[in-house]
Amino acid sequence: MYNYIKVTVLGFLSVLFLSTASFSADLVITFDDLNPGPKAAFENAIAQFQKENPDINVIANNGDREEHKAAIRNFLIADAPDVTSWYPGNRMRPFVKAGLFEDVSDVWDANGFHEDLAAVKPTMTIAGRQWGVPYSYYQWGVYYRKDIFDKLGLFEPNTWVQFKYICDTLKKNDITPITIGTKYLWTAAGVFDYINLRTNGYKVHNDLTAGKIKYTDPRIKKTFEYWAELVNAGYFLENHASMSWQDAVVPFANGEAAMYVMGNFSVDAYKNAGLTYDQIDFFPFPEITKGVPRAEEAPADAFFIPTNAKNKSDAKKWLAFVARADVQTEWNKTIGQLPINSKASVSDDKFIQQGFETLNTAAGLAQFYDRDAVAEMAAAGMEGFQEFMMKPDRLDKILKRLDKIQAKVYK
Amino acid sequence: MRRSNHPNYSTHIFGKNKLVISPWLFLIPGIIFFLIYVIVPIFQSIWVSFYEWDGLGQAEWVGLANYVELLDDEYFYTSLKNNFIWLVLYLLAVPLGLFIALFLNQVVFGIRFYKSLFFFPFVISQVVVGLIFSWFYNPNFGLLSQIFTSLGLEPIAILSDENLVTYGIIFAGLWPQVAYCMILYLTGLSNVSQDLMEAARLDGAKGWRMLWYVVLPQLRPATFISVVVTIIGALRSFDMVAIMTEGGPYGSSNVLAYYMFETALSEYGFRLGYGSAIATVLFFIMLIYITYFLWRLYKNEKEA
Repeated sequence: MYNYIKVTVLGFLSVLFLSTASFSADLVITFDDLNPGPKAAFENAIAQFQKENPDINVIANNGDREEHKAAIRNFLIADAPDVTSWYPGNRMRPFVKAGLFEDVSDVWDANGFHEDLAAVKPTMTIAGRQWGVPYSYYQWGVYYRKDIFDKLGLFEPNTWVQFKYICDTLKKNDITPITIGTKYLWTAAGVFDYINLRTNGYKVHNDLTAGKIKYTDPRIKKTFEYWAELVNAGYFLENHASMSWQDAVVPFANGEAAMYVMGNFSVDAYKNAGLTYDQIDFFPFPEITKGVPRAEEAPADAFFIPTNAKNKSDAKKWLAFVARADVQTEWNKTIGQLPINSKASVSDDKFIQQGFETLNTAAGLAQFYDRDAVAEMAAAGMEGFQEFMMKPDRLDKILKRLDKIQAKVYK
Repeated sequence: MRRSNHPNYSTHIFGKNKLVISPWLFLIPGIIFFLIYVIVPIFQSIWVSFYEWDGLGQAEWVGLANYVELLDDEYFYTSLKNNFIWLVLYLLAVPLGLFIALFLNQVVFGIRFYKSLFFFPFVISQVVVGLIFSWFYNPNFGLLSQIFTSLGLEPIAILSDENLVTYGIIFAGLWPQVAYCMILYLTGLSNVSQDLMEAARLDGAKGWRMLWYVVLPQLRPATFISVVVTIIGALRSFDMVAIMTEGGPYGSSNVLAYYMFETALSEYGFRLGYGSAIATVLFFIMLIYITYFLWRLYKNEKEA
């Protein structure tokens, strides 16, 4: 019995020791993507960082993305890692405002990131300071079935008229022009963002998501008019509200639908659904209002240092490391996305190349409706978009409701 | 009682009041946990509902502002209405459970196997039930759409139709709930007095009259429990909504419990004050029902 107690006590003490012992050289990094590509990229980067900094003991934690979203509010306060992955724009705003993220402008200054990472600098900036370092982003646009386009003699459209002509031709051939699954709402926000960016441009997008323009503003109404042209003509997949974005890949893969307004992460899903690279291709969302400079959606992923981190000096080394050109090149090759560092090189994958081209020539980069707008506004807005896609005649009611919520959220 | 014969008893306070103290001693652990996990949080959440708080920064006292905002919130009314529909339709589980229990309460070869089949939906998790039914309803590959197509009808996307979605979820929720009520009635039925049945039969009672005047009154405890459990189940209907629709399409299948979660704890909202206000409203609705049923229980016991 005595022995048993002794062993238990010793065991308890050693657990206590292991869990609280945090030498100055420990660096705890929390990441949130268990998908094979991102997981491998993260682990490779950790291994390389460890090799370059043998004096730092890196402890890497990788968890599920949704769990990470739910847990971050707790661990930033109670048990902060030294580095955590998170998202820029309005997703980081509450934490910056509550003083839970460390100002890392000095990392930007010291490493010349103001030039190298210029593409996403605005969304990493609040109150003139930078709060994290981005490691990857990806383009949005229209993915389409090239084989179907070829069969019907269709070409990549440049204008709204051409785009509608394509939709019309597809519809006449019993092919759903645009597939979409709005069950989880954000896909509809992608379509809204693009029509709005093409109708009114980058500034209106930012003003709307910043609460400076009302939803009943004539310019926003114009956006919905264009959108209604597609909705009323039945160009979107039927029953989209009961489908996730993955469900909506199925009709795309079996040739019942021909276009998909999506982010580049979806290419993996097309391939897994059995499509080959010859069958699919990409074009940037076509122009609507002539002369509006082309802005694109390009959500970025980033690393941040919690204010309660214990080892901030090594954490800053990691931040400088992940933004380095060679690291970003490797990382993004593995996950099939675009490096943000302008000195990094891009994978020769056809979609990555097109994405690089699209984003490099863009007049502005939006993060995405639900990252640019405040969370509560985004939730209500996206529900409104879904409702509009199902009941377009309720537009006025929906816009008034969004105005009401906007007035409340941005007071 | 031989208390006075024992010398030690009268000298201890515990000994003197043994019958008064010991029940409390046994109750203390339960009471402590009930206080920490139930009573205190209720008051905390009512307290938080008077604040505007995002869980990170400083909480700001706003008085009744959250409740005023609720009065002008369309989503709140949709959720309230859906809660009411849940309450009414979910109670169908009670007669349905009774019916199945009566049907299964016979001695046939393999009846235990059939009983366990009927009880099965209650054993599996609500999440699984929700998933099964969302596949069942799926307009593209779901069984329901196959049935519709084979009948030459256009398949309906129940879970994305604002008018049907709540009924679709309730129907899925009824499946395990009916099983639960059935098991309550089955145990009740095994306790029905055979003497009374015999006597009633001699008096010429059979069929519905037998059921209504002889069997049902004896099943009253089972009915009571079924109703209470079903009502509470209906009011806290959360998992089914979360799994099957997340309150969608555009909030039309929301219920108070899920709306509270959405505003206070989900990816897009951390308004703990507002969420607490919704929780408080839900709490008082539940309180009214539960008080009413406890009062009836008390009255019945007194009469009996």
